[in-house]
Amino acid sequence: MASKAASIVIPANQPPKLNYLNNGSSLKSWLLTTDHKRIAILYLISVTAFFMLGGFFAMLIRLELLTPQGDLLQADTYNKVFTMHGIVMVFFFLVPVVPAILGNFLVPLMIGAKDLAFPRINLLSWYLYVIGGVLFLHCMLTGGVDTGWTFYTPYSTAGSNTNVVEAGLAIFIAGFSSIFTGLNFIVTVHRMRAPGLTWDRLPLFIWANYATSLIMILGTPVIAITMVLVAVERLFHLGIFDPSLGGDPVLFQHLFWFYSHPAVYIMILPSMGVVSELVACFARKRVFGYKFVAMSSVAIAVFGFLVWAHHLFVAGISLYAALVFSLLSFLVGVPSAVKVFNWTATLYKGSISYATPMLYAFGFIGLFTIGGLTGLILATIGIDVHVTDTYFVIAHFHYVMVGGVLMGYLGGLHFWWPKISGRMYPEGWAKLSALFVFVGFNLTFFPQFILGYVGMPRRYWQYPPEFQVLNVLSTAGASILAVGYLLPMIYLLWSLRYGPIAEANPWGAAGLEWQTTSPPPTFNFDETPVVTWEAYNYDEIPPKELEAPVAG
Amino acid sequence: MASQVDALYIYLLLVSGLMTALIFIAVAVLAIKYRRVPGRDAHPIEGSTVLEISWSVIPFFVMLTFFIWGAVIFFEERTPPANATEVYVVAKQWMWKIEHMEGQREINELHVPTGQNVKLIMTSQDVIHSFFIPAFRLKQDVLPGRYTTLWFNATKPGRYHLFCAEYCGTQHSGMGGDIIVMAPQDYAQWMAGGPSAPLQETGKQLFASLGCVTCHRSDVQGRGPNLIGVYNKPVLLEDGRTVIADENYVRESILDPTAKIVKGFKPVMPTFQGIISDEQLNALVAYIKSLSQPPTGTAGLQDQPAPSPAQPQKTQVQ
Amino acid sequence: MEHEAHNPALLHHFADAQQQKNAASLGMWLFLVTEIMFFGGMFCAYLVYRLAHFNAFAAGSQQLNIWLGATNTGVLIVSSVTVVLAVKAAEAGKRKVLVGYLVVTVLLGMTFLVIKGFEYKEKFEKHHVPGATFNFTDKFDDNGKQIPVNPKEAELFFSLYFVMTGMHALHMIIGCGLFSVLTVLAWKGHYTPGYFTPIENAGLYWHLVDIIWIYLFPLLYLISRHS
Repeated sequence: MASKAASIVIPANQPPKLNYLNNGSSLKSWLLTTDHKRIAILYLISVTAFFMLGGFFAMLIRLELLTPQGDLLQADTYNKVFTMHGIVMVFFFLVPVVPAILGNFLVPLMIGAKDLAFPRINLLSWYLYVIGGVLFLHCMLTGGVDTGWTFYTPYSTAGSNTNVVEAGLAIFIAGFSSIFTGLNFIVTVHRMRAPGLTWDRLPLFIWANYATSLIMILGTPVIAITMVLVAVERLFHLGIFDPSLGGDPVLFQHLFWFYSHPAVYIMILPSMGVVSELVACFARKRVFGYKFVAMSSVAIAVFGFLVWAHHLFVAGISLYAALVFSLLSFLVGVPSAVKVFNWTATLYKGSISYATPMLYAFGFIGLFTIGGLTGLILATIGIDVHVTDTYFVIAHFHYVMVGGVLMGYLGGLHFWWPKISGRMYPEGWAKLSALFVFVGFNLTFFPQFILGYVGMPRRYWQYPPEFQVLNVLSTAGASILAVGYLLPMIYLLWSLRYGPIAEANPWGAAGLEWQTTSPPPTFNFDETPVVTWEAYNYDEIPPKELEAPVAG
Repeated sequence: MASQVDALYIYLLLVSGLMTALIFIAVAVLAIKYRRVPGRDAHPIEGSTVLEISWSVIPFFVMLTFFIWGAVIFFEERTPPANATEVYVVAKQWMWKIEHMEGQREINELHVPTGQNVKLIMTSQDVIHSFFIPAFRLKQDVLPGRYTTLWFNATKPGRYHLFCAEYCGTQHSGMGGDIIVMAPQDYAQWMAGGPSAPLQETGKQLFASLGCVTCHRSDVQGRGPNLIGVYNKPVLLEDGRTVIADENYVRESILDPTAKIVKGFKPVMPTFQGIISDEQLNALVAYIKSLSQPPTGTAGLQDQPAPSPAQPQKTQVQ
Repeated sequence: MEHEAHNPALLHHFADAQQQKNAASLGMWLFLVTEIMFFGGMFCAYLVYRLAHFNAFAAGSQQLNIWLGATNTGVLIVSSVTVVLAVKAAEAGKRKVLVGYLVVTVLLGMTFLVIKGFEYKEKFEKHHVPGATFNFTDKFDDNGKQIPVNPKEAELFFSLYFVMTGMHALHMIIGCGLFSVLTVLAWKGHYTPGYFTPIENAGLYWHLVDIIWIYLFPLLYLISRHS
């Protein structure tokens, strides 16, 4: 039965005449655009560039760690490399990647709006990101920064003689990019939903980005003021965090982690939203427990603000504070577990396709489970005392950030690629890359759990020889992983010119974004949709053939 | 302690492994069993509140076992026994300076006897470091401006890695060393081979040479409070608060005397910040702590044949 | 798609003017929340240190010029009143009255900044500016009892004082700039009873900056003041 949802008719094999990509091709039309889709592309380019920079630093780290001695880089250089790897990956890649690229592109489309609530602020967001990024590049090229991305005092305020203030300023500016994006999303979702699109009909990707945006606006200002205080202390020799001047270095850690812990939920929630969309589409059914999955996003956002001091268990906080934060940290694991169970349950009696986006979704579910469980291990204080500040922590967060966030992003990028570009990617190459990513990733990071438990501390340029074998395995994995990331960059670019032209809804997916052309016109919909159906109404949408189909 | 931590870890690994296996297998089985075949449509299922509650509550209770077991271990890790031998540690970029109560000094090495409760009292001269002994499964950040403590009881002789575990600059990864655990006789031999006076003696000399003794008298009421028996006892302050005179209190009182004024006294004590080093500070703290000990026993080792540190004249004060 | 007659201020991605106004309003409220979180970090640091070093903070506080601080508080409260009146004038379509109140608001804001300037100058002269020139020898007057304090802790008080009031002053400068722009636009007739959202939203911003000062003033200036 044809539903009201699948009412658009697009002539096959005919790319739409005017869409957001070809509606103006001057540099000015791109750099001064207020079209959320173009801004998403601008972000795609700049965020990918920073990802490559961060990846380059990662490569240097893994190469250095092939041997126990510090023989590739000097100690100071290595310290700068891991610091900048962290700063670039956290602030310039992981935080914006899904919200600023996929979120910007899809949020208005998914709710039937013409654009975000504040298109000019959206453009400002991108410029702030770029300015912060350029400032960081300058910081990097004029000596770098070597405090670790965590900037612990008093090393960052009094000990280090690198460009701490400049790095802090770059993060401050990029932070406002994040704040404005979050503000935009919240207002858009509240005020610009199409008629009939009630909250309980919203796609889970919207719920996820909404919860993420709450964290962005509440948490990011705190890191902003913290970096201001560090800069002021460093520049004017004040004593806010320096004990020799009357300050408390642990206060810095509290303020820093008050943002930086919720920040990891900024990173993971949107990816979880992607996974919900992928699982629903490629199992062809509504996500099991829709309400619970939606609420779990909000729960993660709220509880995420209550657990920051689990980064300070051995930092000098009281026994009782440690116990409280340990208990709360377990609490925040529950909604994440709920999501994993619901996605798995969605597969039951589904009609499952193994298209690349679904492979990434499977990868996410498995690897996020491991990452999340190791997070619970870290929340267990008796264990944390031993493994904190070791490679165990590094393994844990890479499992959730790379095995989680990045795989979700890649799945989403492939899923929405036809909508964004109007072209299909080559499925064979995509599956191969996914395999490289999965294998490479596990080989890189699983040995690090062992390394951490046997005692290798993090941020070590040199290490005792008995840790070498595991390090070599890890580096080998990293080279495979690198291939897995380079391949999509190549074939996605290739597809822009040579890929088969995509139809409006190549996957037969639910969601308003598929009710307009691929790529969409500048104002998204010729007529504002009126929604009378529930989300994920796959029982009303005719399925497509197996694998990613081609128009015509 | 290490074996307790390992036991908990194995439990966590088993539970996590089980959970991971469950999810992997469930996803694999469902993905294959319900793969797309022409003719069979997906079966929409809204959800099940019973399932949602179950798989929220049951994992939470499992997590509680993690929490409780971890908390029990942590509590023990954070509660040094009263009779522990104390060793002072001063961290600096990029080395560990160790001072035994008997006066022995070590750099990047810590000798301890087996079967002895050892409590480290640590501070940093510059930035944050962290004292990490993987073999003992223990770690504690070492902060500038205050003391933090770590205690252990080493059971097997041997040499164990000591690492700095909080990034502290250029030679962070070079700031390592060894914990050398020796059988008690060997330890006694090592200890006897070292020079210098016990830490409290050094402290006592400083107490005199820095002029502390002029105000902190034990015979008559001086301008400063009598320090006999003050360590680890409650102290009533001018502003009405009562605090316990622990190591951090003693340290603060020397470096920042106006922070906490004892009731009935005037804020006339000068600060010694910048005048004494961390090692001298440790010696003074050790001395003041020794003023609380009973005249008999020593705070040191059962097997120590060396003479016990001289005790000052004691007038019992409450 | 025919182009109906509408307010030139209506942006095309909105369905109607009401949606645009609601969006702008919600957006501004959310932005104010971020500002509260931003200042919150400083307030948190201040609270922690005040609890730890009460005497020194009280001594430092007693050295602030309470008259200038109180005057500034009055100035800001009056300026919030003029903002409210400006919004009312906009709603009523009284262009000249609107411009008048906007101008007065900016003048009051500048008055605040000038008085602040005098305060900072005074601090500089008394060597209470943290850094190389800092020299603090005053005591905490606790109901007549003179309690000496650690100058390092007093320096911490002044560090927080300058950072907090400095950040606040920066927001005041931005506010004055914002209102100056609005004044010009209002003079040119951009705001009508049908569209005066920017005046309302800028007013919200001004009120928040005012409220932050109303917290700053007692926290910084009124520690342990008796007579």
